[in-house]
Amino acid sequence: MSAFKELTKGIFKENPTFVLVLGMCPTLAVTSSLKNAIGMGMASTFVLMFSNILISLLKDLIPSKIRIPAYIVVIASFVSIIDMAMAAYVPELHKNLGIFIPLIVVNCIILGRAEAFACKNNVFKSALDGIGMGLGFTLSLSVVSIIREILGAGQLLEIDIMPQAYIKEPMLAAILAPGAFITLGLLMALINIIKDKKKEVKE
Amino acid sequence: MAIVTKILFMAVTSIFINNFVLSRFLGLCPYLGVSKKIDSAFGMGMAVIFVMAIASAFTWLINQYILIPANMQYLQTIAFILTIAALVQFVEMFIQKTAPALYKSLGVYLPLITTNCAVLGVAVINIGEGLSFLASILNGFFGGVGFTVVLLMMAGIRERLEKAELPKSMQGMPIALIIAGCMALAFLGFSGLNLG
Repeated sequence: MSAFKELTKGIFKENPTFVLVLGMCPTLAVTSSLKNAIGMGMASTFVLMFSNILISLLKDLIPSKIRIPAYIVVIASFVSIIDMAMAAYVPELHKNLGIFIPLIVVNCIILGRAEAFACKNNVFKSALDGIGMGLGFTLSLSVVSIIREILGAGQLLEIDIMPQAYIKEPMLAAILAPGAFITLGLLMALINIIKDKKKEVKE
Repeated sequence: MAIVTKILFMAVTSIFINNFVLSRFLGLCPYLGVSKKIDSAFGMGMAVIFVMAIASAFTWLINQYILIPANMQYLQTIAFILTIAALVQFVEMFIQKTAPALYKSLGVYLPLITTNCAVLGVAVINIGEGLSFLASILNGFFGGVGFTVVLLMMAGIRERLEKAELPKSMQGMPIALIIAGCMALAFLGFSGLNLG
């Protein structure tokens, strides 16, 4: 039961994007299409899981004074691995995500989980935490990108879903930079409303 | 003369057209986190300009004279982040010794900059676009200026916003993001600017 909880807490209760408000840059930058969002989410999940595992294994060896540089090296190594793997196997996606793959290194979710979770818990729990947080991140990216892709291009995963007339003149701003900020802002407001409603029901 | 116009073009391009925050989505964490007061926004902005310019110079040198001769470009990410982390630490110690007054105003922001993705971002962009040494430094410097400009604008708006009556669900992060969206919309107007 508790292992299951470690896995699911990242998806809803402690969702990294909407609840912890971490990792804003990729959330806004790569969500112009669902395909990019899922690619980014998966890459981050990979890094998150393996860096959590390794840091949890090394937690007794790393002196606490230099732990942050040590964590960054661990994270950067896994980011380099996924960077090279993606360049080899999914070159098109790698090109679309561009600079944001090396920038996974400075994604605060990953360093945040290393510092807040992996350095205090055992390997199994840390791995589950990494996967859960990664999936939660992927989920939030997907939600934002679904809204933006439908509004901004009238498509989803490059399949037309809106009427032809809309696709000819879509709400272009949604796919450009302003749409990213406004969509995320409105989604966060919506989540606040849901949270307040839940509290009221409890009381 | 030609050089002056070139520098001016670069400044306009990186401050307005390709603004790091609003069109490249880099450095959003400090943009949303440190934009509540103008004073702290200014301190953060100055620290970022400083570190971005120096980091551009050092990462360019490391790439050119260590990574490329040794054929180890695949270590770029690790090498750059370590350089930046070490650099930030050095800058912090240096300022603390030489300019205590400056250290007092920048001090708290310096450690935060290591994980500011605009710094690593500018290093990766410089190398990716194959800029020269001088162009890299200018790109870093003006990128930092662009970051500071929008950070200060945001801080000014948010100071006003504290007195505004907002629906409860909109307070804090949601309204900050929507304002950022409006600013991005305004900055989108610059993208039509043709500098050629």
